[in-house]
Amino acid sequence: MLYREAGDYKTSYAKDNQTFPIKFDRVAYYVLLFVAFCVVPFFINDYWANAVLVPFLIYVIATLGLNILIGYCGQLSLGTGGFMAVGAFASYKLMTAFPDVSIIIHILIAGGITALVGMLFGLPSLRIKGFYLAVATLAAQFFLVWLFNRVPWFYNYSASGQISAPERTVLGINVTGPNVDAWAQYMVCLVFVVACVWLARNLTRGNLGRSWMAIRDMDIAAEIIGVNPLKAKLTAFGVSSFFIGIAGALLFTVYLGAAEVGEAFGISKSFLVLFMVIIGGLGSILGSFLGAAFMVLMPVLLKNVLVGGMGWPTDVAAHFQFVIVGGLIVAFLIMEPHGLAQLWRVAKEKLRLWPFPH
Amino acid sequence: MNEMTDNSTVGYMTDDGRQIGGTMMEMKNITLRFGGVVAIEDISFDIHEGEIRAIIGPNGAGKSSMLNVISGFYHPQEGEVWFHGTKRPTTRPYKVAQQGIARTFQNIALFKGMSTLDNIMTGRMTKMKSSMLSQAIWWGKAASEEAEHREKVEEIIDFLEIQAIRKTPVGRLPYGMQKRVELGRALAAEPKLLLLDEPMAGMNVEEKEDMSRFILDVNDEFGTTIALIEHDMGVVMDISDRVVVMDYGKKIGDGTPAEVLANQDVIDAYLGVSHD
Amino acid sequence: MSANFYYGVEVFLNGLMAGVMYSLVALGFVLIFKASGIFNYAQGVMALFAAMTLVGIQNGQVPFAHLINAIFGTHVKEFGWHVPAFLAILLTIGVMILFAFIVERYVLKHLVNQEPIILFMATIGLAYFMEGFGDLMWGSEIKKLDVGIPQGGNTWIEESTAFLGGEEFYGFYIDSLDIVAAIVAILLVASLVLFSQYTKTGRALRAVADDHQAALSVGISLRTIWVIVWSIAGFVALVAGIMWGSKSGVQFSLSLIALKALPVLMLGGFTSIPGAIVGGLIIGVGEKMFEFLIGAPFLGGATENWFAYVLALLFLVFRPQGLFGEKIIERV
Repeated sequence: MLYREAGDYKTSYAKDNQTFPIKFDRVAYYVLLFVAFCVVPFFINDYWANAVLVPFLIYVIATLGLNILIGYCGQLSLGTGGFMAVGAFASYKLMTAFPDVSIIIHILIAGGITALVGMLFGLPSLRIKGFYLAVATLAAQFFLVWLFNRVPWFYNYSASGQISAPERTVLGINVTGPNVDAWAQYMVCLVFVVACVWLARNLTRGNLGRSWMAIRDMDIAAEIIGVNPLKAKLTAFGVSSFFIGIAGALLFTVYLGAAEVGEAFGISKSFLVLFMVIIGGLGSILGSFLGAAFMVLMPVLLKNVLVGGMGWPTDVAAHFQFVIVGGLIVAFLIMEPHGLAQLWRVAKEKLRLWPFPH
Repeated sequence: MNEMTDNSTVGYMTDDGRQIGGTMMEMKNITLRFGGVVAIEDISFDIHEGEIRAIIGPNGAGKSSMLNVISGFYHPQEGEVWFHGTKRPTTRPYKVAQQGIARTFQNIALFKGMSTLDNIMTGRMTKMKSSMLSQAIWWGKAASEEAEHREKVEEIIDFLEIQAIRKTPVGRLPYGMQKRVELGRALAAEPKLLLLDEPMAGMNVEEKEDMSRFILDVNDEFGTTIALIEHDMGVVMDISDRVVVMDYGKKIGDGTPAEVLANQDVIDAYLGVSHD
Repeated sequence: MSANFYYGVEVFLNGLMAGVMYSLVALGFVLIFKASGIFNYAQGVMALFAAMTLVGIQNGQVPFAHLINAIFGTHVKEFGWHVPAFLAILLTIGVMILFAFIVERYVLKHLVNQEPIILFMATIGLAYFMEGFGDLMWGSEIKKLDVGIPQGGNTWIEESTAFLGGEEFYGFYIDSLDIVAAIVAILLVASLVLFSQYTKTGRALRAVADDHQAALSVGISLRTIWVIVWSIAGFVALVAGIMWGSKSGVQFSLSLIALKALPVLMLGGFTSIPGAIVGGLIIGVGEKMFEFLIGAPFLGGATENWFAYVLALLFLVFRPQGLFGEKIIERV
């Protein structure tokens, strides 16, 4: 009764195409934005920022990027960790070389550089498909990690091979470094998230998005009706890597502060983001949020329950986490291959009819 | 057979008084091989502007392969394809689509992850010109183009009477509806040449009449040239202007439906005789 | 010829040996892919799990010891007995067959008609699950695996080849374990090829690999075949686990071998048993030779991390179906 479309008709194609056609959704969305921007910063503390909100926001961006590549365009990639490393190291080199330029600009340029690298490693997608392509992206993953490990120029010849984010400010407020406030970290990431989601939404609802989905669903037929496969696949790699690079840069500068490439950006990172995409729902922007939330919250929850509540040793809890994540992935793929986002959609469908059964 | 060079630019008048234009597309000595298998052997025929050309023959004759050659998906080892008087170089299928050739597929090739509306919108691919940047910020050309093409697509939806399933994901539609949506996607490209691969497959008499009506309307209202593969001889006789008959990769008949029906080779290979 | 040349030859020979080890893992992939079209990412973890189970049974470990201790506050660790290697291997095979049953019933059966990408991701999920499960069951510390395979540089070979290459060269250093692995791999491949070509079940396997529906229509039980295939793959995983585990101990990194098997498969084709061997040899030799000739002297070393993938990638660009795979003809 509350959640309905009755009486809500559209008088133009633009209105028909909008993101939230149901009024209830629109209002809820604005409320959510208000809470995110104007309420949370006042209540956030270090623990919540570091354990939950900041990594959540950063992984939303990465998941969005990978979702564009896998969920919308159907190109499987296991190189996410490597591309995040490109974003991180690019931002590091830029920040140390041009200390007077704003970090925001550096992060954006780092995203651009990652986009170019992504398109380069995406070239094989023109000849290779399916999981053959996944293996090709593994080449990118391992090569990039090796590169940032072995070529000292990338970490400014430091003895440890680690990179550390120098202190930077935005509008006079610290966003990186040891003295940063929780709310500042949160706000920077939030702004990037909103911008990325806006870009992603626009691209996926337009012609480019349709060409991606056409390639995903039936690439031969897509080409026959006029989709240029080179353009579609490379733009998918490019846009996806742009987002992933930004996520990597943010992960390094705002969240971790210091990173060693093997630990922070190894193959397990690629799988982590892949799981977020699958559990959240392939080809869905909402799904990217849900998947990232799930994979960020779950370890925190498990740790609090198993270790804090039941007193289990941390390694047992860690193994348990693997069991649960793996089991859930299989369960999701069996029951709902379209992930949490689909469950949400089905729930909304039912809500539209409520309290009537059909 | 040597009609190809004789009527090269001259049209003709059909029996029921329609004026057909000059040659639009010519296949010259096409041979297509897959490893050791010869799918098409030295076939030549032409398609005139504005006509409805049927390609018939038993299963495995190479008809779909011929359509694939016309679409630019298969590249014949020998022979040439001439479109509007110029030889077509070996090119990728999406460029062929840009030249104004659209098609439907024997086993429906709709994009199952998208709705009817989105599928037909993909048919406008060759007409949409806004840049990626413009789409990313949804400003200017991208937004207005989207509405403009949406209007055109809605016309096609009206024409095919599929308004009710506009937002349904096509995977959920019944077979007959999917075929109509696929036709809509092909029409959305406003093609000069429309290729239909067994558009009536799996349909009952009523559905076939609907589909025939659509095909004739498309040819009549939009002037689209149509080449179709079809097994139902009644349909072929009723709606096509000229017919090509293929068997085991070779051409065994070419002419008006009446001429082809009377051709002994065609009768032996495909039609058979009625036993009274 | 200089000592350096013979060192090069030694690297080549060791590359062949490494290649054989990769092939052992790749074989499991090929089997499952041939029969069910699934690319089983969990194959590497299966090797790890099989090795862990073997060690656990041999040493009389209590399964789920840590978990039990955590819940009940006890301190159990071992039963105190030792099981001889041969019996332990048999019991482990039994465990792997049980595993095959469970996977078929709870995972494969439900995913029959899904697209390959979904199936692949399901096996990734399975891999993570098995990893955590294996750690919970047997503990994640490094274990030594010993079933009596000779290890260490083979002194007979070393001594008999020492005469080559002058004073600087001390004879080819080739690990006895690698030689045993090579022999085992050849026997395994031979028996698998014979099995698939000449037995009724082997024929059924090939039928299922080609067309599920058609196989069903001639009365082949898909589910039985899948259990058989996953059991065989489990056995192959055990062999691989024994070889690799004996060499470097049973630990997490064993599961990463799966990742190395991928370039092997790309080269050899996903559906060819001999291809798994040839692909493995090419990757093994390629990796080691590249590192020896170019990686160590010019690029700072450790190129083995990525060279295999780049090699396979280049190969794929020019021959998408691999060396022995079936040529893909697309129809529309």
